[in-house]
Amino acid sequence: MKDVKNVSRRSFLKGLGLASGGLIIASGTTLFVACEPKDIVEFNPNLFVQLNSDGNLILVASRSEMGQGVRTSLTSVIADEMEADWDRVSIKQAVGDAKYGDQNTDGSKSVRLLFEEMRKIGAATKAVLITAAAKKWEVPASELRAENHFVIDNNGKKIGFGDLVEIAKTLEVPKDVQLKDPKDFKYIGKYLPSKDVANLSNGSAVFGLDKRVDNMKFAAIKRCPVAFGTVKSYDKTAALKVKGVIDVVEIPMLRKPFGPLGGVAVVATNTWAAFKGKEALKVEWDLGDNNAYDSEEYMKQLTANVHKKGKVAKTVGDVEGAFKKASKTIESTYQLPHLVHAPMEVPNAVVWVQGNTCEVWAPTQEPQRTRTEVSAFLETGEENVTVNVTFLGGGFGRKSKPDYIVEAAAVSKAIKAPVQVVWTREDDIQHGYYHTVAAQYMKGGLDKDGKVTGWLHRFALPSIASTFAPGTVDPAPFESASATNVPFEIPNMQVETGEAPAHVRIGWLRSVINIPHGFAINVFADELANEAGVDPLEFRLNLIGSDRIEETKNEYKYDTARLKHVLKQAAKNADWGKKLPEGHAMGLAVHYSFLSYVASVVEVSVINNKVKVHNIHSVIDCGLAVNKNTITAQMEGAAIFGMSLAFYGKITAKNGAIEQTNFGDYQMLRMPQAPKIYVEIVENNEKPTGVGEPGVPVIAPAIVNAIFKATGNRYRTLPLKDHKLV
Amino acid sequence: MTKLKINGEIHTIDVDPDMPLLWAIRDIIGFTGTKFGCGKGFCGACMVLMDGKAVNSCQLPVSSVGENELITVEGQTENLQLLQKSWEEHNVPQCGFCQSGQLITATALLNGNSNPSEEDINNAMVRNICRCGTYPRIKKAINHSVELKNKG
Repeated sequence: MKDVKNVSRRSFLKGLGLASGGLIIASGTTLFVACEPKDIVEFNPNLFVQLNSDGNLILVASRSEMGQGVRTSLTSVIADEMEADWDRVSIKQAVGDAKYGDQNTDGSKSVRLLFEEMRKIGAATKAVLITAAAKKWEVPASELRAENHFVIDNNGKKIGFGDLVEIAKTLEVPKDVQLKDPKDFKYIGKYLPSKDVANLSNGSAVFGLDKRVDNMKFAAIKRCPVAFGTVKSYDKTAALKVKGVIDVVEIPMLRKPFGPLGGVAVVATNTWAAFKGKEALKVEWDLGDNNAYDSEEYMKQLTANVHKKGKVAKTVGDVEGAFKKASKTIESTYQLPHLVHAPMEVPNAVVWVQGNTCEVWAPTQEPQRTRTEVSAFLETGEENVTVNVTFLGGGFGRKSKPDYIVEAAAVSKAIKAPVQVVWTREDDIQHGYYHTVAAQYMKGGLDKDGKVTGWLHRFALPSIASTFAPGTVDPAPFESASATNVPFEIPNMQVETGEAPAHVRIGWLRSVINIPHGFAINVFADELANEAGVDPLEFRLNLIGSDRIEETKNEYKYDTARLKHVLKQAAKNADWGKKLPEGHAMGLAVHYSFLSYVASVVEVSVINNKVKVHNIHSVIDCGLAVNKNTITAQMEGAAIFGMSLAFYGKITAKNGAIEQTNFGDYQMLRMPQAPKIYVEIVENNEKPTGVGEPGVPVIAPAIVNAIFKATGNRYRTLPLKDHKLV
Repeated sequence: MTKLKINGEIHTIDVDPDMPLLWAIRDIIGFTGTKFGCGKGFCGACMVLMDGKAVNSCQLPVSSVGENELITVEGQTENLQLLQKSWEEHNVPQCGFCQSGQLITATALLNGNSNPSEEDINNAMVRNICRCGTYPRIKKAINHSVELKNKG
């Protein structure tokens, strides 16, 4: 590999001033580690740990880093159980390979699923090192302990981990090991800084877009403006006249969940020439069936579908009967538009196909799926495809789908050279996997005391399942779950779904279905509170009702006491009910997603019909908080992400084509609008649960509820920009 | 031939004079710390310092740079290094992709204003998007740098 530097032993030692050495993280590529075999002995007790005889410890991160801090979180768990010195740890990014277990980095589940496994790996490595010292000193292992990269006996005699490598290599790694008492955690549960923070602040971290390979070409692809349209013909004359353009090749469309959309690629000696060549390229399209997609008309259709009876997804009691008996019923309809991920780093990939082998360097959340898709495209075995995972400049679900990587494989195969395919920002906005568009109808019944006796939630939204099984019109079970598992103690409840055919690729975007459901449920609960004349906090706590464990199909129990606790804490931290300046008001929302409990209280002002968010108080209960630094950062980021979608998020389609183009018309929140964000992490020793996503769904409804309090205006559609509030 | 002075070194390159500085820096000269985010000057990921001021390198043809001195995130200039240290101390980056641009804009701010108010910071940093939402930490890190500067 070009970017792994061969550093002579002498210059290396001089550079780091170490007594012995041989390992370096190549400059500019902290994801790859090179070894100089001389003198250094390696101990690899398992796939995730490499301890060198100089004491340097290389821990493998199997999940992709996209800003959620997963490289640090996962490896710090190993280091903690191992009693390693964190300063001696460097992190190596795993290639895509099933031997590492599932590497799919989405669903806020990396730490949740790998925590115990990483602990066991660390503990087993510690145990074998202790055994090695016992053997060397000829004492029972029970008289020894490990501490900060040393094994120590009762008299304080010490030996460094590195010095135990030779013996440890000869020993068997134990399978059953004793894990630490959580009260003894050194790194877990602390505010541990990211290992990557320096390289992410000085330009040396290598993202996919920064990857360079000798003789690498650059390519941009012109795709049909309408999803699944195809190339009729193209004229490459003008494109080939652009200085730097080398070639023009057609890319096939693969109608698979993660297949390329197809199109025509312009290959050049630099990115800009590829972009210019793409602009000059003339393509005639067969626009296909989605040509008529008009998102405004489509919303009318979805809305009609929720204004009539749908398919029942859940029913408790007799909701129609409850409405008949109610002293008051209210109805509301909520409409939310498509969104697109727009990570700061556009989709891109470097691929080099050589005969039947292939090497990939890409910012991907799903390296194994990438391997499968690329090898299927090339009709070669997976063992012939190497997928190197670079840093991701944001993912948010977009980079779970390796269509852009298969594109690069197609271009590399055609031109017989390594190539970097780079999407323009316009490509990213217009050819994405869109967050669903949703219509939701809610009806509630109140008795004479203001208690909710009936709850009907009907929704229609194109399903993610349509991306896997074209023609799907009904939601997948997981897309109903965040509506059916609403934790309200209401005797009569019903959830229904309406049909919604998809006309663009539908994908998952940070917090997924919880965005529409979290919005409708939280805003409607606020409307009911207002109708009942009860304070929204008190009303919501009553709605959640008694402390109880709701039935779940997994080991994680849905605990209403934990849900109420985050809400109470958020309200307490925000000083809910305090007197606020003229035009200011607070709003709240609470939502359970990715097995975590989150509540936010926001303070807004609406002055001259312009909304400003001043403060956000968020509380998360994600079980044992593995890295509080990361969790706090994720909750801050989720608040900003939630504000962006509340203020600006809207993708529309006309004649099948996406109308937005770039950050000028698909806007993001910027610094002057960023509020003060306060995060509390609930302390407990429950199993760790999701962090990256659950902070998002509460933000938009909390803002809408606060605006209502401030103005008396209820906004049931987003974004707020459409209401001229921003 | 175009001559560009970047991080104290002269680079002579043979490119179309219309090529935006961003691509000359990234693809021709090979400094990849400066990022492509939107290509239209909306997001600030491509910011570089030109004579101490932050410019969107995606909007600037190489022919218009002339003899102006350029500094990228890999370069050395007092305020940049000070800010980078504060970025580390406050754990600013999440994905980190936009941070080169954020740091360059912040450097230009401190170059021109040794004691910026919150409004000054907002007015300067409005040019940069962070999709991960690190704005609160960026603000803290800038303030921290200002404190260090004023102490030192």
